Amino acid sequence: MGAGHAHRLYVAGASPIHRLPPQCKLVAVLLFVLAVVATPRERVWAFAGYAVLLAVVAAVARIPAGLVLRRVVIEVPFVAFAFLLPFIAEGERIAVLGVRVSEDGLWGAWNILAKGTLGVVASILLASTTEPRVLLLGIERLRAPQLLTQIAAFMLRYTDVVSAELARMRTARAARGFEARDLRATRVLARSLGALFLRSYERGERVHLAMVSRGYAGRMPATADVGATAAQWSAAAVLPAVAALLAAAAWMVP
Amino acid sequence: MGVHVPDGFINAPVSVGAGVVAAAGVALALRGARRELDDRTAPLAGLTAAFIFAAQMLNFPVAGGTSGHLLGGTLAAILVGPYTGVLCVSVVLLVQGLVFADGGITALGVNIVNMALVTVVVGYGLFRLLIRVLPRSRASAAAASFVGAVVSVPAAAVVFTLIYALGGTTDVSIGKVATAMIGVHVLIGIGEALITAVTVSSVLAIRPDLVYGARGLAAPLELRTEPAPAAR
Repeated sequence: MGAGHAHRLYVAGASPIHRLPPQCKLVAVLLFVLAVVATPRERVWAFAGYAVLLAVVAAVARIPAGLVLRRVVIEVPFVAFAFLLPFIAEGERIAVLGVRVSEDGLWGAWNILAKGTLGVVASILLASTTEPRVLLLGIERLRAPQLLTQIAAFMLRYTDVVSAELARMRTARAARGFEARDLRATRVLARSLGALFLRSYERGERVHLAMVSRGYAGRMPATADVGATAAQWSAAAVLPAVAALLAAAAWMVP
Repeated sequence: MGVHVPDGFINAPVSVGAGVVAAAGVALALRGARRELDDRTAPLAGLTAAFIFAAQMLNFPVAGGTSGHLLGGTLAAILVGPYTGVLCVSVVLLVQGLVFADGGITALGVNIVNMALVTVVVGYGLFRLLIRVLPRSRASAAAASFVGAVVSVPAAAVVFTLIYALGGTTDVSIGKVATAMIGVHVLIGIGEALITAVTVSSVLAIRPDLVYGARGLAAPLELRTEPAPAAR
């Protein structure tokens, strides 16, 4: 994750998936991923089914496959762990290409790769079809405390400002010949962080005063309402319902 | 380097259980944060969360070309208070999971328990304990934050190992998981601790009133009524 999270996933569009209310999509993705996680790992066909479901969603939402694949890279540290599993796990050993590996470890690696990838792709599809601000409205609609979503909204709003301050500090350090080589660089970097905290916190104090002067009393005014109709809920329910059928079949079919 | 657990790493029942624990912890933090910041909570915690988010992008070199980055739990707790600290790190994890697809949506509970609750409880707890026994000075505040942060990261690794023992999806001997996780995280912890200590110390030097964990350290302002010596 060294590259940071500078670019956002949202792709503007007007597909039926884009237009679904955020709370429906959130619940659908959560239930879908739960069904995936609860599926026995030996039923490879079920995971193929989940992948087809996600491909259909991506096609309907007109999200290009390249964008999804580029973002899946976020998983890489865990992929490395998954490749270690066949060698360190316990259980019966089998020979694959002449190397003796643990059978349970092989299944474990497959389990993490399949479920992790399906989970990441589902999250990417959610984030690329829903504006961050609207996503937070959706969480609020699902009875998350308003204070929590307010904090998240402030964080999203000011992340670019704070990151830009950090980038200006990096430029200033570079202009003075600084280069992070080893642990001794920590001192300089941490001082930048101290300054960044002060600038962020003091900006927060100013933002609060500006809000109070405009009548803020602990609640943000609702500017957009995102109510969902029964039809929209049932449209969103298609994905988790099919996934639940697949999961149930995977449990019952040997 | 981050420990953002993806979906499928921990089985469904334990993921849901961790989600319940995380929700209870965040609810408690919401209450406490109102006490720490009252109606300033939303903007100040939001900006602090943005700071933690940005700080996690700052890579520091560890050894042999690898680099690590901050988790920030202990740092946030010392700077803005334990409840607000839990809230800030949880919000960062929530936004990373939902908006940036980093960390599985079913693993959000596990991630919040590890990286927000454990790091803050252990890191801030140790920090306060040391602040009480050490002499009142900026150096001891820096030392206390170093110790708090250096222990908090392996502590998160220990709790992750426990969760893995409960709901891991592969039969790896727990000894092996523990050795690998704790070994790596002792190294990450040293980087985390250095950054935390120097950051706390530099904020203390400029605005000591803003370091929540060390508010008792600043000498109270005194009113001097003697006339100042006349300038020559």
